Amino acid sequence: MTEASLQAVAQAVAHLADPEIPVISLGELGILREVREGGDGVPEVVITPTYSGCPAMGQIEDDIVAALRAAGLPGRVVTQLSPAWTTDWMSEAAKEKLRAYGIAPPQCGSQPASQAGVLQFSRHAAKPVDVPCPQCGSHHTTQSAPFGSTACKALYRCLDCLEPFDYFKPY
Amino acid sequence: MKAPIDYVLHLADNALVLGQRNAEWCGHGPILEEDLALANNSLDLIGQARLLYQHAADQINGDAALAQRFAHLQGARQDGRVTEDTLAYFRDTSEFRNHTVMELPHHGPLVGYAVSERDYAVTIARNFLVSALMVLVWDRLQASKDAQLAGIAAKSLKEVRYHLQHAGDWLVRFGDGTEESHRRAQAAVDHLLPFCEAFWQPGPAERAAAQDGTGVDITALRDDWNTLVNETLAEATLTRHDQPHQGYVAQGHVGVHSEHLGFLLAEMQSLARAHPTAVW
Repeated sequence: MTEASLQAVAQAVAHLADPEIPVISLGELGILREVREGGDGVPEVVITPTYSGCPAMGQIEDDIVAALRAAGLPGRVVTQLSPAWTTDWMSEAAKEKLRAYGIAPPQCGSQPASQAGVLQFSRHAAKPVDVPCPQCGSHHTTQSAPFGSTACKALYRCLDCLEPFDYFKPY
Repeated sequence: MKAPIDYVLHLADNALVLGQRNAEWCGHGPILEEDLALANNSLDLIGQARLLYQHAADQINGDAALAQRFAHLQGARQDGRVTEDTLAYFRDTSEFRNHTVMELPHHGPLVGYAVSERDYAVTIARNFLVSALMVLVWDRLQASKDAQLAGIAAKSLKEVRYHLQHAGDWLVRFGDGTEESHRRAQAAVDHLLPFCEAFWQPGPAERAAAQDGTGVDITALRDDWNTLVNETLAEATLTRHDQPHQGYVAQGHVGVHSEHLGFLLAEMQSLARAHPTAVW
């Protein structure tokens, strides 16, 4: 297989967006990890789940297969877990797109899995982070619920413009 | 290197059974936010279970002796291959290896014809006690010699840390809340803590996994678990009444379950068993 045919596969899936957040591509979100040649010469599109139970993964796989078929390209989808997905992989441009779409992007880096020791982390709950409102920019916001409309989001409310909004959890 | 199959199934069953239990709150949560929280919690747990069952299925399909052992399952395909669904939907009660505490209903023990009601304090106390264990287990399993299991651990750790925070926050609110919420939280903790004794009495699969470096030596996590639990209970003004090493120790993780698992599995498995070839 040539470099060109791998590139064609990469190009065919580059425009695909996350089914839940249609303004951001799979690549920008960090779900689309790489396009490589499989052991048998068939191109492989490697994706990684955000959350273990993310219900969008099946849809994403179907979308990729459909895009390849539409372009008349061979290829299959491979799911890879390690290293685990983190919001740190989200580009600044992607975060800005999220904000413009009405979802507050993750504010700080994800907590490293076990740098300071999991015990230390678990004993001291993370300090509430300052999440600016994606509508009016106010920092005067509060968390309504730690779990929101999807596994990757929490629910916040702006105390100035009074709009509720989704917050993409740092993870 | 692969972890012993029964160890992977133990971890998977823990996640699936607790995920199924917590999903019972879907549409019945005490407040809308908690309804969503528990549904999200279940989604994470069932997602972890899927990854673990798939890992187990890959091993079974690649090993003739293992394939033989699971070939009797109704959901196995003609050629004897199994999937994550086969393992979740077509194994019977005695084949499950989850801890008993995962399968208990959302209320304390009942007497006679007492009518059961879901008690959110039991749900929260269980999620707290179990999450406190699982943050420690997943953290150690990141270094498992089974690379796939290590990958699953790194993912699951992040999720269960959030669960621990959620359950711990509520336990403090309940314990340090009204007289009624304190009484219920204390009763829930008193009811559940004795079942946690089983955590520290590993079965053969856990011991084998700890020995070959694919699993964790669970007994080494006990002090850390006690620290996590005691600190939050103190903050919640709740008291620990459990006395270690006394009385019956629950045996769910070696396949001897309470009467509650059968009902849970019947509800969860009936659709797949009625339509074994259905796809959704």
